[in-house]
Amino acid sequence: MRLYLGIDVGSVSTDLALVDEARRVVAGVYLRTRGRPIEAVQAGLAEIERALPSGSKICGVGTTGSGRYLAGAVVGSDVIKNEITAHAVAAMDFLPGVQTVIEIGGQDSKMIIIRNGVVADFGMNTMCAAGTGSFLDQQSARLGIPIEEFGDIALQSKSPVRVAGRCTVFAESDMIHKQQMGCRIEDILYGLCQALVRNYLNNVGKGKRVLPPVVFQGGVAANKAMKRAFEEHLGMEIFVPENHGIMGAIGAAILAAEAVGQGVTRFAGFRVAEAHFETSGFECQACPNCCEIVELRKESRLVARWGGRCGRWERFSESEAFPAS
Amino acid sequence: MRKVTFPHMGVSVHPLTVLLQELGNEVIVPAEPTAGTLNLGTKYAPEFACLPLKITLGTYLEGLKRGADTIVTSGGVGPCRAGYYSSLQKRILESLGYSFDMIVFEPPRSHFRQTVTNIKQLNAARLSIASLGYLVYRVWLELLALDRLEAKLHQVRAREIETGEAEKRYREGVAAIQSATSPRAIKEAGKEALRFLEATPQMDRPEIVKVGIVGEIYVLLEPAANLYIERILGELHAEVRRSMSVTGWTMDNAVVEGGGFDVKKAAALYLPEMVGGHGQDSVGHTILYAKEGVDGVIQLAPFTCIPEIVAKGILPKVSEDYGIPVLSIFLDEQTGQAGLRTRLEAFVDMLRTKKLRKRAVA
Repeated sequence: MRLYLGIDVGSVSTDLALVDEARRVVAGVYLRTRGRPIEAVQAGLAEIERALPSGSKICGVGTTGSGRYLAGAVVGSDVIKNEITAHAVAAMDFLPGVQTVIEIGGQDSKMIIIRNGVVADFGMNTMCAAGTGSFLDQQSARLGIPIEEFGDIALQSKSPVRVAGRCTVFAESDMIHKQQMGCRIEDILYGLCQALVRNYLNNVGKGKRVLPPVVFQGGVAANKAMKRAFEEHLGMEIFVPENHGIMGAIGAAILAAEAVGQGVTRFAGFRVAEAHFETSGFECQACPNCCEIVELRKESRLVARWGGRCGRWERFSESEAFPAS
Repeated sequence: MRKVTFPHMGVSVHPLTVLLQELGNEVIVPAEPTAGTLNLGTKYAPEFACLPLKITLGTYLEGLKRGADTIVTSGGVGPCRAGYYSSLQKRILESLGYSFDMIVFEPPRSHFRQTVTNIKQLNAARLSIASLGYLVYRVWLELLALDRLEAKLHQVRAREIETGEAEKRYREGVAAIQSATSPRAIKEAGKEALRFLEATPQMDRPEIVKVGIVGEIYVLLEPAANLYIERILGELHAEVRRSMSVTGWTMDNAVVEGGGFDVKKAAALYLPEMVGGHGQDSVGHTILYAKEGVDGVIQLAPFTCIPEIVAKGILPKVSEDYGIPVLSIFLDEQTGQAGLRTRLEAFVDMLRTKKLRKRAVA
């Protein structure tokens, strides 16, 4: 069986997806990045290898997410794509004809407008993480509610309270005020969902026309109350894919399948999971920009270098790749 | 002898240096703004001021520390607060204990007398009107040559085979133009530099898309202020067209009465008012780019820039009416390129898919 691997290294989570030629998801892994993207990718690879059906072969690898270059250098990828394209590809595969994609992840959120099967416009949150998964996580932790139960509890709300949605700092003080007044937890939680929906549509969706069908994906799509809050606000049905949490990885896998075609993959193999990778950094002193340059070494061999503005470090010769002995 | 410094703005640095030197001043040549410059500017600027104020303030501080006693800058008319920046910066710098002259050039057609006084102050060599005219002509030729070469770089870079080759040739060309002194030599060097740049090994890429850049002048013309967006786009195989250049801006604002008429006319249906800065131009240029068949437009603006915020509110309508995608990017103190790169990659991807799809249908 020919399989394609997609890896999405985000700020909060690292997701891997294995899809077959018919773009069915064979295996999926969702891990916390915990600030150590290489280890997360290696752990994910090991898990994928265990789930690999016998007689199958990885024929292409794609990476996406903010850590896409790092992940691409570690595993040897055939395509490195930004997460907007990857998410759009996965959403179109899940629901051909989709016109709007709402994606809310840990640190960022985006809206992708698709018309006639092509991305026509997109927006991403800027300057502020209000309305993303991190804030929901933080608030449910403050209230002592496991994030997995957040949605079910909020759905029991009968009269949601009004929570300020413009800024998480305001939202939090509003919530505390309502909680001390004695409002019910489920009403506060659902009020928060409504606030996040308003915040998202005002910031990320500003000036964009939301047309059905709408697909809602990203980690936050697991929250049923968020889905309902969107449905109520937009007055239309929202579709949440089964694999909503790993759509970026699925998109990267599909893109890898397209990029490789009948060619040969650059995948370095599953032994990458055991290889020793090391990153080191230094401050370039060539000009006062003092760029922070990061080097990635695999078994002491230099495989990638980045972080500079002028491009002097990104390219290096074979002789530089090996440490001076 | 006066020791003069001025804001660093793209290709204009060397021509302005020549101009001020020939007038009989010592020039403390401003260095390309870096993270250090921005840190310096941010430390002393009001928090809510925009990026251009912070960067230029940093540049002035660097110049004053190197011994400058005179700052030459432009003023500004209309409702953009940048018109007051020279006064504000003067106060900030004086409060830090520096003493210096600030010579501010306003548009000469409305401030003719002041312009003459300014020139007199800087004309230590007492050049005659004729010599002055010759000098301005020579500097203008250099500016034109540098502007043209930069525009050519944006075309060639999208097609180069080896990444970085076009920019290497561009830098050589810039050096040659800058070392030429007579008008004739400047023209020759300019032509030669264009030829040399065009000879960069290139490949015909079907995936090339054209991206127009509109927005506020400083972040448009100073690459250090826009995280070198033109290079990033070029390496993504997007051919960049920039709506403003130093020579184009000077013609429209200082020389020709009511310059930039086409742009204002194009914008009239959407934004008939002058909202300060380049808000109206951003709208007008987007429409002109759409008519010229440019695939997409990027609006670049400093965070909190009111004229560009006005334009940003109008651009979605223009985008819809003319079917041209627009990406607005607001620049602030952040120096990380990752977020910018993600948006640019996605934008170019989107334009490319659309273009290839359209071509396949046709």
